[in-house]
Amino acid sequence: MKKMILALAAVTALFVAAPRPAAAAIAVDVTQGNIQPLPIAIPDFVPIGNDGGAAARIAAVVRADLERSGLFRPLDPKSFVDRITDINTVPNFANWRVINAQGLVAGSVTAQPDGRLRVDFRLWDVFGSSQMLGMQYATTPENWRRIAHLVSDAIYERITGEKGYFDTRIVFISESGPALSRTRRLTIMDQDGANPNYLTPGSYMVLTPRFNPTAQMIAYMSYIGGKPRVYLFDIESGKQERLGDFPNMTFSPRFSPDGNRVAMTLENGGNSDIYIMDLRNRAMTRLTSDPGIDTAPSFSPDGTQIVFESDRGGTQQIYVMNVDGSNQRRVSFGAGRSGTPVWSPRGDLIAFTRQANGRFNIGVMRPDGSAERIISTGYHDEGPTWAPNGRVLMYTREGQGGAAAQIFSIDVFGRNERRVQTPGSASDPAWSPAIQ
Amino acid sequence: MKNFTRLAQIASVSALLLAGACTSRPEAVATAPPPPPPPPAAAPAPAPLPPAPPPPRGPIPGSAEDFRVNVGDTVHFGYDAYAVQDSDRATLQKQATWLGQYPNVRATVEGHADERGTREYNLALGARRANAVKEYMVSLGVSAARVDTVSYGKERPMCAESNEACWGQNRRGITVVAGGAGS
Repeated sequence: MKKMILALAAVTALFVAAPRPAAAAIAVDVTQGNIQPLPIAIPDFVPIGNDGGAAARIAAVVRADLERSGLFRPLDPKSFVDRITDINTVPNFANWRVINAQGLVAGSVTAQPDGRLRVDFRLWDVFGSSQMLGMQYATTPENWRRIAHLVSDAIYERITGEKGYFDTRIVFISESGPALSRTRRLTIMDQDGANPNYLTPGSYMVLTPRFNPTAQMIAYMSYIGGKPRVYLFDIESGKQERLGDFPNMTFSPRFSPDGNRVAMTLENGGNSDIYIMDLRNRAMTRLTSDPGIDTAPSFSPDGTQIVFESDRGGTQQIYVMNVDGSNQRRVSFGAGRSGTPVWSPRGDLIAFTRQANGRFNIGVMRPDGSAERIISTGYHDEGPTWAPNGRVLMYTREGQGGAAAQIFSIDVFGRNERRVQTPGSASDPAWSPAIQ
Repeated sequence: MKNFTRLAQIASVSALLLAGACTSRPEAVATAPPPPPPPPAAAPAPAPLPPAPPPPRGPIPGSAEDFRVNVGDTVHFGYDAYAVQDSDRATLQKQATWLGQYPNVRATVEGHADERGTREYNLALGARRANAVKEYMVSLGVSAARVDTVSYGKERPMCAESNEACWGQNRRGITVVAGGAGS
């Protein structure tokens, strides 16, 4: 496949000159547990030339992205009493104040002579009568969705102060067929459910995919040939490669933050322990040697520590160790069992699955185990994965009695729990890092 | 009138800023390549073959079916446990004896878990169970080299309901033989 480069040109114009905090424009503080979604007007972008309908589609994707975040309330375009016809003139703010829009996004899509699309937009503070952001992108027409997500990311970042996560992808397992003989396929899609692609055929079982830091490679477990082993999948070439040649099961892979190593579990004689493989020379380093089950490793974002689960103390609990295997210590002490720990990309929290009172739910806690809170509400929620900004999680939700699995998302405070659109039943989501 | 003047001032200030925007120099930013086009349409999973019709006079001795029907291929485990239960020792004794009768047969023990565990934990638990069955057979004289193990965790249930009866069925070790008569 020919490698295509998506070239983007961006202009950032900072018009709000060094505002004092008191003079700060509209903002959403995502560090608080309760927030009111910010009302924002995002009219269809203005088409200039033959945009192929992209102007309206881009605005619709931006509205959907921001709405799904739970932090914004895009207003229904039917309620607008004014329209944007030229984004290079200052809007009539009074006409946006009457519908209580606090933010206004005015954008245009220009068909350029070379066939590319140029997308310009400005974010206005309606009540402050000031421009907060102005940016421009150029791309080929088929990349209109990525531009829409980049616009969403820019708006989200300008208003919340946090990086956006809309220009990201999800790798997961598509499930189909009856409960007793599920077909499972490695699948990738955009974070909003668009562009799903099946990467494996379903003739062999696949589980637990995870992205590398460049989002070009997936580590996962495959039963191809009847032998469950960890594999790598190169997204661009479609090539699969078994990681190492071990006599027994390898599973639960996770990349290091620098992408050069994969932590995984090797089973030997019924005992599971955690190892790290250096991808540059395939050397293996053993980190645990306990007779208990040691699995589900996840690196801290600085690469110095690994969080994992072990039943060495009697039941499944969460432990932390240095990346060389030293200083192994238990950190989860809440009720029930805790497993599938995943370190937040921000480093401040560990997400996990709590099993208690016959239910499975997603929780978060500080890396020392303190400040634990259970955030999801299902009967069987399992296997969290973090958005790259560490503010949102996805996980698998299963119902009782073999009900089809679905992917849900939730913010780190337990707000805004909702189903993620997938082509069918789906499990084991892994959120990509920010796409470079 | 006062308000009007103020608005006009804002408009003119903003217009200046807008003019500034137009003269800003675009900065090229390279991004990651777009997602590859979809791979060729995936072939549907092959439908499982229908079970072979039973031969008229029962399973061929030494066949996988003989093992399944006349020996018994399944043992069960307690919740989050992997010790071979007393009630299953006779079954494993019969499996070991049968394997002794058919030395060319290889066996794979599948370890399975119920849904009450996380995915990775249950893969590890299934491996413990499969290995426990294997070790028991080895203790009865079966060569370890003839017995493989594989864990399916909670991914291949026999029963889909969320109750103890079903969970008990799903916590199992299944011995699958190959290479014998009729295979």
